[in-house]
Order: sequence, then C-alpha cells, then structure tokens
Amino acid sequence: MGQSQLIISHSPHIKGKDSIESIMYGVVIAMLPALMASAWFYGIGALKVVIFSVIFSVIFEFLIQKYLLKIEPTVKDGSAIVTGILLGFNLPSSLPIWMIGVGALVAIGIAKLSFGGLGKNPFNPALVGRVFLLVSFPVEMTSWPRPLDTRTMLSIPDALTGATPLGLIKEGVAKGEPIAEIMKNAPSHLDALFGAIGGSVGEVSALALIVGGLYLLYKKIITWHIPISFLGTIAIFSGVFWLIQPEKYVDPLYHLLTGGILLGAFFMATDMVTSPMSKLGMLFFGAGAGLITILIRLFGAYPEGVSFAILIMNAIVPLINIAFKPKRFGEVKNG
Amino acid sequence: MSILKTFKLGGIHPKEGKLSANSPIKVFPLPKTVYIPVSQHIGAPATVLVAKGETVKTGQLIAKGEGFISANIHSSITGKVAKIDEIVDSSGYPKKVIVIDRANEEIWCDNIINSDPNTTKEFTPEEVKQKIREAGIVGLGGATFPSHVKMSVPEGKTAEYLIINAVECEPYLTSDHRLMLEKGDEILKGISIMMKTLNTKKTLIGIENNKKDAIEHLQKLSKNYSGVEVISLKVQYPQGGEKQLIDALIKKEVPSGKLPIEVGCVVQNVGTAFAVYEALYKNKPLIERVVTVTGDSVKEPSNFLVRIGTPIESLIEAVGGLPETVAKVVNGGPMMGKALSNLSAPVTKGTSGILLIDKKEASRKIPKNCIRCARCTMVCPMGLAPYLLENLTNRKLFESSEKEGIMDCIECGSCSYTCPANRALLDMIRVGKSEVNTIRSKRVKK
Repeated sequence: MGQSQLIISHSPHIKGKDSIESIMYGVVIAMLPALMASAWFYGIGALKVVIFSVIFSVIFEFLIQKYLLKIEPTVKDGSAIVTGILLGFNLPSSLPIWMIGVGALVAIGIAKLSFGGLGKNPFNPALVGRVFLLVSFPVEMTSWPRPLDTRTMLSIPDALTGATPLGLIKEGVAKGEPIAEIMKNAPSHLDALFGAIGGSVGEVSALALIVGGLYLLYKKIITWHIPISFLGTIAIFSGVFWLIQPEKYVDPLYHLLTGGILLGAFFMATDMVTSPMSKLGMLFFGAGAGLITILIRLFGAYPEGVSFAILIMNAIVPLINIAFKPKRFGEVKNG
Repeated sequence: MSILKTFKLGGIHPKEGKLSANSPIKVFPLPKTVYIPVSQHIGAPATVLVAKGETVKTGQLIAKGEGFISANIHSSITGKVAKIDEIVDSSGYPKKVIVIDRANEEIWCDNIINSDPNTTKEFTPEEVKQKIREAGIVGLGGATFPSHVKMSVPEGKTAEYLIINAVECEPYLTSDHRLMLEKGDEILKGISIMMKTLNTKKTLIGIENNKKDAIEHLQKLSKNYSGVEVISLKVQYPQGGEKQLIDALIKKEVPSGKLPIEVGCVVQNVGTAFAVYEALYKNKPLIERVVTVTGDSVKEPSNFLVRIGTPIESLIEAVGGLPETVAKVVNGGPMMGKALSNLSAPVTKGTSGILLIDKKEASRKIPKNCIRCARCTMVCPMGLAPYLLENLTNRKLFESSEKEGIMDCIECGSCSYTCPANRALLDMIRVGKSEVNTIRSKRVKK
C-alpha cells in the first residue's frame, strides 16, 4: 500500500465490537429460554405463534421498505425479528394466524416504519401491535389455552381455555371473595415461577424470563436501571396494599411472577429506542411504568396493565430526557 | 485485592495492544536531514533565529518562543540550515519548518553535559522556570502545552499536589512505560525539582495497572523521595485526561472551563518530568523523545529515542517498512491520534507514537439511525449527551449545544468508539465546538 492510498479520517481510529446487529441478536438469544418454556407448557401452538409473528414482521418490513418507501431494506439488522418475537410473546398461543398478521402489520408498518424506522419510533412496536389486537379482538386475545399440568404431565387439549392467574384474581375480587379463597383455585407461586399458568406465549415462565434478563445484563445489552426500578416499584406498592389489607390484595411476589411484568421489565420497557437516555431518566421511567401497572392491576378494568403502562411511559420519554440530563463532570451551576 | 482507583463518570476499555511493552528503548540513528517545525506546541509559533547556510550545533537555539505561551525550538542535530520550508504535518496543513542537513561530526553546544551527572545541585524556583522555558519543554503527553506556564502558579492559588500523568491510557503506546522502566531515577529527580519549584509537599504518580513492572519499579525508587507516592489505577480510558486523572487520584472535580490549579493540582506528564531533569542537570534542551512505532502487522514493534525533526517514514522503515496490509498511519494513539497524509512529516515534541493500522480497521463503517441506546451518554467521561450534541450540530443549534456543555468535551472519542450505529458523534461535536468558539469570539468583540 503506497502513501497515496492512505486513509485519512478523524480519531478515534478504532471501534468497539457492539453493533445494532450484535444487540438485536443478543436480545433474540435472551428470549430463547422463555420461548422454550412456552413450547414445553403450551406445545406447538406457542412456537407457531412466535414463528408466524417473526415471519410476518420480517416480510412486512422488507416489502414496505422496498416497494412502498423505496429504501434499502434493513431486515438484516435483526430488529424486525426482535419485534416479531416480542409480539408473539404477547399473544395467546391459540390466536388465529391471520390475526398475528394484522398485529405484525400494525407493529411494523404503523408503529415502526411510518415514524422513520428503527430508532425513530416513539412507541414500542410490539406493544402497539398487541394493544391494537387487544382492542380489536378482545375475545380471541383473552382466551388462554390451559398449560401442561406439571403434576400429571398431561396437556389439556387446546379447546379448553383457562383464565390467567391475574384474571382469576380480578374476577374473584370483583365478586367480593377473599384472596385466600381465590388462591385455592389459582396456580401456586411455584407454578408461576416455572410457567404452568395461563397467559401470553412469552410471559408464562418467570424463571426463563429471569434467565434471559440476566443474560441481557451480563452482555451489557441493558442496564439494571429500568428492570430494577420497574420491579421495585411494583413490589413496594403491591406490598403496601397487601400489608394493609391482605384479605383483599394478593402478595407482591405473586404480582411479580404473574402476567407480563418480568417480560415487560427485562424485554419491553428496556427497548432502547423507546426508553430514556440517562440513568436517572431510566429509573424514573421504570418506576412510572411500575406504578401505572400496579394501579391498573388493582383498580383498573383490565386484569393486566404492563402494556399500557409502558406505552404511556414511552409517550413521555422526550420530556423525561429533558428533565433528567446526565450528571455533568465539574458542572458549574449558574447563579 | 483492594479496588483500584479510577475516575467516576463513563469510560471504556478498548483492547490494550501494548505490543512494544517489552522492547527496550533503542537510540534511533541520526537522520540525514531533519525538518524542525517552529510550532510544535500550543501557543504562538517560535520566531526563526537562523538563516539558510548557517551552521548549527546540536542543542542550539534556532527559533525563539516569544510571548508567555510559546516554546523555544532547538536544533536536534549538527549541520547546515538547508532552507526554511513548509511541510504538511499531521494537521493536514503546511507548516513552517527549518530544514537542517546533517554534518558528519556531531558537535554539542558547549554547556550541555552529555554524560550522567552525579549531582544534587539545588536550584531556586526562578532558575527552574527559566531553565524549563529555555529548554523548550512542553507537555509530552501529546497536548504540548508549554511547561513553564504550568509551573507558574497564579497568585492566590497553591499547588497542593503535583500529579504525574504516567497513565498512558492510549492503547498501543508504550513510550512512557519504557521511560519509567529505564529512566526511573531521572524521572524522580525531575519530580523533586518540580516539587520544590511549586512548593508542593505531595506528589502522586498515577499509573494504570497494566504496567505492573513500572509501578513496582517506581514504588521502590520513590522510597528515597519524601512525599512521592505511586498509585496503581484501574485500566480505563480516558484516564490520562487531566480532569479524569485528578478525579481518579484525589476525588476532586475540576470545574467546567477551569484549570487543575483550581483544585490545587499541577499535572505534568512523566516524560515531561524526565525532560525537566535533563534540562536542569544536563542543560539539555528538548531535542529528542521516546516514540513507539507499532501496529498489529508491524514485525518488530519498537520504542525509539528519536531526534525531533526525524521524518516519520524513516521510523517506519526501521521496523520493516509499511506492511501491505496497512491502510492508515496515525501520529499518536488509536483513540486521539491524527491520521497522516504525508509520511515525510517529522517527529515533533508531541509525537508519542506512530501507529500502523490494518485495512480491516482503517475504514469507518456505514452509519445508521441512532437507536437511542444511550451508550454514548454512559461512556462520556464528562457526563455529556453526545447523541444530543450531534443532533444539535446537525440542526445548527449551536447556542443550545453550548448550554449542553459541548465545550467540556475532551474529544476522547469514547462515544464514537462505542456507538453501535457507527455514528460519527465526535466529528459532529468537533464541528459544533468550532462554531461555538466563533460565536464566543464574536460575543467578546461586542
């Protein structure tokens, strides 16, 4: 190589290993334990939902970018795969395939690409897709196949549907039954930990979600700020109510293990595009999402509130970014 | 094991690549011709004192630093001034140089002692400052700020600590490391001269923990010097930044826009301490320095003691020439060094290393949308929001970027290094900084 061909550019001259691809595929790997747990408890239906959701998401992204927006498709960066898996994780394993397609179209086409693609979307695309389906097809979106019974190792046919633990509690409390009575028919804490409960594909196994979350933390794809403030706020607020009226409110651990809280805390609230840019902002964001979740769970019409809580917090991220700037080194306060 | 000290905000840990750490310093052969720039420092260029055809001795003053912030320039060889010319240096612009053709016999200026003096001579502070100034010593870590200016503590301030920057946090560079191993005594003598001059009781030498041999060596030697402590630091870039080093060692933040003396510190590079020793005990001006020549495909990564003005290409030839795989040559380290367009550019006082970068690392990757991952804000050692500063520059909102602290940026490059979307964050911040500078100078005129 002669001198005339030397490359000239500004420093720095070396680059770290992280790329958008490495982050996205890291998230995919972190979601595999939850996917495998779901396949174990729900069988082929769970896999089918996730696979179709991924296929629809990737195809819609490719088609819209290539033929509608006429730009170079970015499906290789892996973000459509992540959105696809997350959307699948937020659906019941019995959802008809065409509805999955509608959800993916809303998630990718409206929530992501219409805002300018990866990095420009204010709302988490998978959650927008889920909420769209929830309000459009409320029956299908809240029909949960029964999971494999871990005691008998028998799976119950898809036709039979069971409620989620949170659904059971909401219904029971509405009828005025005491918690102790409701809990007799609800899955145990241990079932919730391993995943033998009713719910969306990706949210059933608390243990698998925690394993995936720890992997994300270990790989430094996420930081602890959002999950800890999210989970901590939920534990504190549900704990306060439980301590005051244990006959009316379920214990905080049960809240943490059931529904979409762990999925939300590790995989959806931490979506970097739609979460704040400073550590303090992240703490505020996580706490806000936790608070809204628990308010919806305890006092709202829906048994579960993670999706709404995260979307509401997504909406105020620009304000959080203004309010919580990083702490500057040697900052001189004016006046 | 105790937890090693480091600075509190941000930081990265790039691959260390200290390939030349075990190569002893070799004296580089005298070049046939030297090209000595008259501006190798921050401040006013020196005024040329010699004319074409004039004979100069080694160590002779050939350009004088006028004004307080400037530095003297000396001939690094014996020979004849061939011409006063211009040469494109690592800034990319042509700069005035004094070209000297070497004579066969080297004659040093009379007062320079060229053996190891066994002296414990005492100097007054004024003498020390005078001699440092005469010797043309500048900060040898790369910033090249004239050292005599730093040695003059402003009235009303006291230098509680002398901090010796021996961090060498730039990957690949090993010139300070080798200097500490081979010239430890001289460095400590230079330090005690500076301590007396500054009237400082305490010196902290900060060294990163990837140079354990240097830490041990200086710890052993420093037992004979009162008030000198060697502190081992966690390997974390950019710890060699002045403000980061002070924070790591004494947990004090230099306020934005202020100098280290604000928190009672004077920071000098370890190479500068050696140069002070040479100036005081040997009357030797700054005419040579240690330069690391290295890179992943360099056969023999080396450390050379090189005369100022030696063409960089001759250093590359000495390690086996430019390998086929190399596509970029950097003056300095990989994080803050400058890419060279002209390999005949000379070694200057600020040249700590020449780094040869392979093709696969030399080109930038294609930038993509910011995915708002916040990694740039997490690694910024000044607590800035690089993504925001980039955005404000793009939108030409320079007044806002000034409020967001753009002028605090030390251009360490951690943000660009880290960005998974390959955005040229630091490039845009540099653009913003220069615009803010223009705005500020207009403000002053009003």
